[in-house]
Amino acid sequence: MSRRARVPAAPPGVNGRIILSFLTSAAGAIGFAVSYGLGGQTQWEGGCLAVAFAGLATGLAIWGRRLVPTGGYVEEHEGFTPPPAEQALTAAVLTAPDSPIRRRGLLAALGLALTALGVAALFPLRSLLPGDRTSPVRARRDTPWGPGVRLLTAAGRPLRPADVPAGTVVGVFPEGGTGAGDAPAFAVRLRPERFTRPPSAGHLDGLVVYSLLCTHAGCPVRLYLKGAGRMLCPCHQSSFDLLADAAPVAGPAARPLPGLPIELGPDGYLRARGDFTAPPGAGFWSRR
Amino acid sequence: MILDRLARAVDDRLRLSPLTRKALAKVFPDHWSFMLGEIALYSFVALILTGVYLTLFFDASSADRVYHGAYAPLDGTTTSAAYASTVRLSWDVRAGLLIRQTHHWSALIFVAAILVHLVRIFFTGAFRKPRELNWLVGVTMLLLALANGFTGYSMPDDLLSGLGLRIIVSVVESVPLVGSWLVALGLGGEFPSDEMIPRLFVTHVLLVPAVLVALVSVHLAMVVRQKHSQFPGPGRTEHNVVGARFYPNYTLRSVALFLWVLAVLFALGGLVQINPVWLYGPFAPAQSTSPAQPDWYVAWGDGALRLFPPWEIHIAGHLVPAPFFPGVVLGGVTFLALYAWPFLERWCGGDRRAHQLLDRPRDHPVRMGVGVMALTFFAVLVVTAGDDILARLLRVPVYDLLNLLRVLVLVLPVLAGALAFLLARALRRGDAARLGELTRADLRAARQPADRGDAEAAADEPELPAPDRPGERVELWPDGDVWRWRYRDEPAGVAILSNRAVLTEQEAAESARLAYPGVDHVLVPGPPPPPLPGRVRTALRRWGNRALGVSLLVAALRQRRDRRRGGHGDGPDRR
Repeated sequence: MSRRARVPAAPPGVNGRIILSFLTSAAGAIGFAVSYGLGGQTQWEGGCLAVAFAGLATGLAIWGRRLVPTGGYVEEHEGFTPPPAEQALTAAVLTAPDSPIRRRGLLAALGLALTALGVAALFPLRSLLPGDRTSPVRARRDTPWGPGVRLLTAAGRPLRPADVPAGTVVGVFPEGGTGAGDAPAFAVRLRPERFTRPPSAGHLDGLVVYSLLCTHAGCPVRLYLKGAGRMLCPCHQSSFDLLADAAPVAGPAARPLPGLPIELGPDGYLRARGDFTAPPGAGFWSRR
Repeated sequence: MILDRLARAVDDRLRLSPLTRKALAKVFPDHWSFMLGEIALYSFVALILTGVYLTLFFDASSADRVYHGAYAPLDGTTTSAAYASTVRLSWDVRAGLLIRQTHHWSALIFVAAILVHLVRIFFTGAFRKPRELNWLVGVTMLLLALANGFTGYSMPDDLLSGLGLRIIVSVVESVPLVGSWLVALGLGGEFPSDEMIPRLFVTHVLLVPAVLVALVSVHLAMVVRQKHSQFPGPGRTEHNVVGARFYPNYTLRSVALFLWVLAVLFALGGLVQINPVWLYGPFAPAQSTSPAQPDWYVAWGDGALRLFPPWEIHIAGHLVPAPFFPGVVLGGVTFLALYAWPFLERWCGGDRRAHQLLDRPRDHPVRMGVGVMALTFFAVLVVTAGDDILARLLRVPVYDLLNLLRVLVLVLPVLAGALAFLLARALRRGDAARLGELTRADLRAARQPADRGDAEAAADEPELPAPDRPGERVELWPDGDVWRWRYRDEPAGVAILSNRAVLTEQEAAESARLAYPGVDHVLVPGPPPPPLPGRVRTALRRWGNRALGVSLLVAALRQRRDRRRGGHGDGPDRR
């Protein structure tokens, strides 16, 4: 066999197609560079890069299909069950009389030490918990609301009863805790004679305040259906009847929205009389 | 020349040439469905390449940052650094949006390719012995891919992803006993905590990708070690692999596939908008958007959350909230079932042998029925995740649609599974080659219970080391200093060449004996004639020869005519 055999001639047209593909690819690459240099336009950049890659891919695919032998080769498969003699030989090496795995007592002690080390290594995971060492269940239950906390609007102004006209929903936040994830609530004015069930947190002339967080999975229930007096969650379509103490009426939620007891402060602004009637948001393992 | 000497120098020190020769000659069987895993692999490569670029611009922090830049509606607003840097990356960093969108599309296609690959493995029985281990690795990678998709989706701290994260937090919180503790451990506080985004970031760019890279390596190493399974066909046995060689054919094709994947991903990333976070706005605990749909690969979970009725239970006075069942239980059962399937099938079916030949989907009607049932179930869940949009499109009340879907999710999978089971059985028992060729009689026969001797016989039939067919033989011949062999089945018109040359006749005989045990060996004097060209090529060549002959004749006649006229042979006008 000569070491440098002649390269066989390509079938007619194949070389041309491959070269054309590679040239197209180069054009795409140049197009990308130019587009980037001129200020970068996402569609042009993406399109040019796609052409560059597609050109290369086409060229290589034609090369692989037309210029090299394709199919019809066989390779033997040795199987995966080694001959018993070989297995026995390996086992003998591993379990020789002086093999470490034969010293059971030492192994037990080693196992004990490793277990202790492994358990000790788990302790730093504790640092992932919140630094203030409060129980998560307790933190989950408590919100920034409490007796005397004033209701603020989204703009940060204290809320007067007159700021909640009939038929609108106003988002409210606790003073001093507006960024808290579990605090958002809404105030809405309903006609008291339409209540089918009195609000558990009470009301001020039909003005009621409920947690904004769905009791199913915690999404804010932002959609107010005025005529029906219902709040709808955009995430999973749970629906709560505000006229029946925010009881769930449709969708996957099972518990009513917790209410917020409110009163009128001496300064004329609304304030809370305590925390929500139940932990807001999604349910969790807790004694109710 | 330099390369040649370098290669020699390396080989003189590491003795790589025997290994390399064997590796280059490695045979991969040909089937389009064997490319699906490669698509997943190459999307993963694209994810890493684009992802590294993104980390250079993304600021994983929930600290306040004022956005100043080209996107006017948000110019001058204070948001989290994560959100502000994502908007800056999309609007103010050149090629930033392209890379970010390509990254997102790669993630979607990565998970999709894994899923389709898994379905292929499932229906062809490629998870059977000896490949159960690789199935476990693969399912783990699917799990990690889902996790990484979700963490990546949540990091920009936009309103839509914030809602998604809140839902996941609620699902984790629903775990009895430890739910709140798990959330506190993960987030370092109540949702939304300041630790949240840095932790998501580390998980997304370091922890999960590192494990994924390790598992991808293990996955591929096992494929190389165990060799690829193949569909049954002429010359294909449990003892060989028939296909194309790794070099040169598969190298070119696989690189071409990689580039195709990149081309599609960059075309999508450049031309098709995805996750425009600047439109959603930054996350705020009291805000939500509608409609709110997650990325497609978590849609089944979202659909299950929508579908599950408001049932909550109390254990010893403690609440087990509704999301626990569709979220934790369904997810857990799904992955447990995936992990357990190869072993379940082995225990229930009693098939403990190793398989290198794949099933056709019809070969195992029970597996077919179970698979179609599961796929239908998840398809209904995915549809449910868009029930609000669907209801608006169909102009029906969303709760009516929800009730319908609650029925469908139970009924449809059973019907589809039963139908698939029957069709598979009809195809297997009858002699229809395709679904379209099934007759009513085939279907009627499929409804009869299995008589032992049909399914059982096929499963219990021992593998014949050598199918005793006349005309089958192995031909060996010397080719210069080396030996080659090929398998020939003359009546069937099959000739398959061994994938590599070996140094001695014994070696050649040994590998032929392994690949085709029991088939007679014949020494032939020289290399067999080149394979006969196909019919089209023969016709083309014949026509080409004729055309050549005719043109020569015409040329000769013309020359004679010219000479007779006394002019010069070739006119100057020709030049």
